Amino acid sequence: MLYINCPHCGMRSQNEFSYGGDASVKRPELNKEVSDQEWDNFVYNRKSLRGKHLELWQHISGCRQWIKVERDTATHEIFRTFKADEEVA
Amino acid sequence: MQKYSIFNLVKNAFSNHENWDLAWKDPTPKEEYDVVIIGGGGHGLATAYYLAKEHNITNVAIIEKGWIGGGNVGRNTTIIRSNYMHDENGLFSEFGMDLWRKMSQDLNYNVMFSPRGIINLAHSDAQMNAYARRGNSMRLNGIDAVLLNREQVKEIIPMADFSENVRFPIFGGLMQPSAGTARHDAVAWGYARQADSMGVDIIQNCEVIGFDVSAGKINGIRTSRGNIKAKKVGICVAGSTNILAEKLNMTLPIETHLLQACVSEPVKPVLDNVVTFGAGHFYVSQSDKGEMVMGGDLDGYNSYAQRGNLPTLQHVLTEGIAMMPFLSKLKMLRTWGGIMDMSMDGSPIIDKTHIDGLYLNCGWCYGGFKATPASGWTFAHTIAQDRVHELNAGYSLNRFNTGHLIDEKGLGTKTWIS
Repeated sequence: MLYINCPHCGMRSQNEFSYGGDASVKRPELNKEVSDQEWDNFVYNRKSLRGKHLELWQHISGCRQWIKVERDTATHEIFRTFKADEEVA
Repeated sequence: MQKYSIFNLVKNAFSNHENWDLAWKDPTPKEEYDVVIIGGGGHGLATAYYLAKEHNITNVAIIEKGWIGGGNVGRNTTIIRSNYMHDENGLFSEFGMDLWRKMSQDLNYNVMFSPRGIINLAHSDAQMNAYARRGNSMRLNGIDAVLLNREQVKEIIPMADFSENVRFPIFGGLMQPSAGTARHDAVAWGYARQADSMGVDIIQNCEVIGFDVSAGKINGIRTSRGNIKAKKVGICVAGSTNILAEKLNMTLPIETHLLQACVSEPVKPVLDNVVTFGAGHFYVSQSDKGEMVMGGDLDGYNSYAQRGNLPTLQHVLTEGIAMMPFLSKLKMLRTWGGIMDMSMDGSPIIDKTHIDGLYLNCGWCYGGFKATPASGWTFAHTIAQDRVHELNAGYSLNRFNTGHLIDEKGLGTKTWIS
């Protein structure tokens, strides 16, 4: 069982959350020309890092907020959690 | 190579079976090979075998980080099927079914292929319609498919829950009678033994740490046991594809996820077929030892852990008990997990890359084991001829760019909701 520290609600079990994938992916700016390759990178291509991975989770059975979680994909250790709009240094 | 036969079995009995040849050697890597296959799993071993057998290329090395057959070919639920709707998947898998049927003879190794049939259960009228459509598509591609109504399903699997007031009543099912199971380890060992006998070097405990690429062409690989030159390199490392891609500055349409399976304690024969639950993701078959072999959903988040988490297992087995209540009486014997290449459309990639002489075989999602022979056969063709075969033409890397996705299950790009 993973325990995720929701920045809004505190420590909760993984059963309350649903996963949203890599949080480092940025949608291309819409007010400029976007190449097929840029769309590809946004929609499909993923680094899928082994080790520290910044990812999105939604506290679906809690406050329903999207949050960012920094987790190790090999050990499943969770280091830090952030609000969705928080910049991660 | 020493042939495995009843006569050799009797002959070796006189010497207490102490004089059998080793099934494969443990060579030191040579300085240079025509082809290097990275990954000594089912697909890598099959690729090397078909390179030697079909294309007469025997100066080949298989480079394996651990031991051969220690990854997903050693930790799956052994299901073999070709019940796909789309042409690309159907024709590819049905070609594989042919190889499965001949495999034990072809490899002189008993892979215990057991065509016991697979039944996908339907729990609504809409699902019955969808299965009728899939069954018809399969039959158009020459794959056997039978649509079963509720009574027919009840005759085959009476132990499933056919009571009236269940949440997901069984309306019927789609059966592929020629589908089945095989002994997974034997597949890896059979391919390894034959490849070795034709001159392929199987190099274990050798990790790839880098690639030697110049002017857009592959020249070789760097490993924990030294540099190896190679004219061609094939990557075949399900679960670790992203790690090798990073060393090549490639980003792929793949996420690495964890899939669990488990077996119960052995019980007397009760289930003759492979059965899947249609209102969730759960499948079950019974092994020759009597264990109920069960699996289902991914753990749901990126993982390289090769070990599972209990919430997912509990979720999957809840579905199993809804389908076959007697499963709740069994004790669980073992659980295990493997790491999957989850591609963004749920279909694999067997293709050339932008680097000359570098080939990619990845993205097998839930269905890598059954694809072992067809994957090896087509990957060997792609490497030997430097062009894709018509069977794997659809499994191109650039289909995500051109929009030619093979979206068999309608799961779209969110691998984690599958």
